Amino acid sequence: MSEVLRYRPINLGRWVVWGFTALVFLCLPLLLENLFARSLMAQMGIMIIFALSYNMLLGQSGMLSFGHAVYSGLGAYFAIHALTWIARGQFAYPVSLLPLVGGFAGMLFGVVFGYLTTKKAGTPFAMISLGIGEMVFAASLMFPGFFGGEAGISGNRTAGGAFLGIPSLSFGPDIQIYYLIAAWTFASMIAMFALTQTPLGRIANAVRDNPERAEFIGYNTQRVRWLMLILSSFFAGVAGGLSAIYFEIVSAENVSAIRSGGVLLAAFMGGVTFFFGPILGAVVFTIFAVALSEYTKAWQLYLGVFFVLLVMFAPGGLSSLILMNLRVLKFRKFKRLRDPYFGLILSAVALALGCVMLIEMIYHLTLDFALGPQIKLFGFPFNTERPESWVFAVSVLAGGALAFEYARQHFRAVWGEIQVEIEDWIRDNPEDT
Amino acid sequence: MTFDFFLVQLLNGISYGLLLFMLASGLTLIFSMMGVLNFAHASFYMIGAYFAYQISRWVGFWPALILAPLAVGVLGAVVERFGLRRVHKWGHVPELLFTFGLSYIIVELVQVIWGRAAVPYSVPAELDGPIAWLQRLGLTFPKYRAFMMAVAVLMLVSTWLLLTRTRIGLVIQASLTHPQQVEALGHNVPRVLMGVFGAGCALAGLAGVIGGNAFVTEPGMAGAVGAIVFVVIVFGGMGSLSGAFIASLLLGLVDAFGKTSDASIGGLLRWFGTTVDPQTFGYAVWKLTLAQVAPVLPFLLLVLILIFRPKGLMGTRED
Repeated sequence: MSEVLRYRPINLGRWVVWGFTALVFLCLPLLLENLFARSLMAQMGIMIIFALSYNMLLGQSGMLSFGHAVYSGLGAYFAIHALTWIARGQFAYPVSLLPLVGGFAGMLFGVVFGYLTTKKAGTPFAMISLGIGEMVFAASLMFPGFFGGEAGISGNRTAGGAFLGIPSLSFGPDIQIYYLIAAWTFASMIAMFALTQTPLGRIANAVRDNPERAEFIGYNTQRVRWLMLILSSFFAGVAGGLSAIYFEIVSAENVSAIRSGGVLLAAFMGGVTFFFGPILGAVVFTIFAVALSEYTKAWQLYLGVFFVLLVMFAPGGLSSLILMNLRVLKFRKFKRLRDPYFGLILSAVALALGCVMLIEMIYHLTLDFALGPQIKLFGFPFNTERPESWVFAVSVLAGGALAFEYARQHFRAVWGEIQVEIEDWIRDNPEDT
Repeated sequence: MTFDFFLVQLLNGISYGLLLFMLASGLTLIFSMMGVLNFAHASFYMIGAYFAYQISRWVGFWPALILAPLAVGVLGAVVERFGLRRVHKWGHVPELLFTFGLSYIIVELVQVIWGRAAVPYSVPAELDGPIAWLQRLGLTFPKYRAFMMAVAVLMLVSTWLLLTRTRIGLVIQASLTHPQQVEALGHNVPRVLMGVFGAGCALAGLAGVIGGNAFVTEPGMAGAVGAIVFVVIVFGGMGSLSGAFIASLLLGLVDAFGKTSDASIGGLLRWFGTTVDPQTFGYAVWKLTLAQVAPVLPFLLLVLILIFRPKGLMGTRED
């Protein structure tokens, strides 16, 4: 009996999901022709890789890192230096494979720093990763030769010449760089998903959930954490390399605590318990950081409030919210939630509008006072000197808050009722689930 | 380096170290009670400075010295009661992330209210200038630095007395180690936790009141000191007050002497007779002076202690 029988059905659902993802990546830029949308999508792609690589630590191995930008940032620096060498003709290497340079550079630092940081899990890991992040950031201003000081290092992505010898493919136009990023994003997504299915990915989950038992069955938990960090820093480096190609500049900001905090926010907002969570989080985060920041200076405040609300009320992130609603939908009970949802969303919008109006007007008074009292909110002119605008904003806020509290209680009652029914049904019919 | 200069730097280092310890002690207390690393701790330090600036504009510095920390303490208690306690049931990581998100919000709110530039929060006139009798001895040491040291020492001694010599302190210490038993004896442990969180924030606020005008009161001040405070508590050993004290003073001294020294490895090598010039391999490293390296030193110390003594100086916890 040397032959091993294996049952390997074709996982149709998985093929459909990945195929659909590839289709979205392919078609989206063709549907959205404008420059801003394409740049937004390109940045989303980079952020998706970065957030997924972050989730290899937080979601899969239980390591809360506050210094993940170290690996992506250093990867980006190596990639931009490689780009400079390519431009000078000292290094014959295709620009399209530069993310690999970033990836291996990130991995190298993952090996070195990871050895120090992964000795512990939990809070000490968080602190040490923070310390290493701060150290690298401080060092980046000390060595202007490599890090380019305050101005950073810039490059030219078209310097490598044509891709595969096709003269029109230079990565100069935004559509070409988008497809390069999309290809890398798709490949990285598949690679990282595949990793979750390997023995290493599984044992990382065990180390996250119960390190003592993982050690008991013979695994070195530190080694597992270290391996995961090395692999994660590789993908972070790939994201860094892509951002170096895309922005054609790398500065100290790339290794800063702002970046590290950003990826943490993105991964957690999407939800770390599901593989697709960070993807969702990266998309939402990019919308905040790139699109919303075009309209308001207070975008970080909105992002922070959004994040804290999620931590307080939905610690599983957006993905868990979606899946919880899908479950209700699957049990055909969503109809009862329709009206409560309507009230909840409507009152929440009013509440948010009131808050946004107040914040924007106060911000205007403290920051742009010299520009005059007029501001535009949602297309309507507001005069920050007239008391009516303040009364209006406060009354929208107060009305929204009252309505929201009422709608929330109603929604909570219905939601709780439905959850109890579903749980009861599952308990009564264990074989059907 | 002259002896006078050494003495002044020593005093500077100690005063900065004491300020760090005011922050680190609150953080350590909160950490050892709730198991939560308060990421927003440095933000409360910043709020303390801004509150003090605002209050001192209305009624002067001396009332602000009392009122601002109290206000920050109340704010901290409110955050614990309506935010942290709610998140507590999800576990430690969401608690930590809650405080992390809070630090984001606080920085932004401060900018909304007081703007992005530094505010002119200055030392009161009666504490301005150097100490006269020290100056006659040839030493220039600002009065305000001495005042900072006095406030810090006074505050720390009274906290220590409160913790070890009073009934309240007994309850707090017992809630730290045996929360269930304390609860069984009829004490409201969640309220004790709220009080400790508020008191820790008030300590941070007081540090902000006396640190804000000694340094600069601006939106970046929380980020600048926050990472250093974390280094202090990891270096000293998580949850150890005495370790945090030693680490604070050490980092204060490193900061004071590091920033004012132009010694470099290249200089040291030259002293041994080796020539170091721009052609030497690794010149970028050898030419760095201690003053240039100073921002990295705390983190370098952190990495070193983690290699050689992972639980920190006085720490007892292995993980």
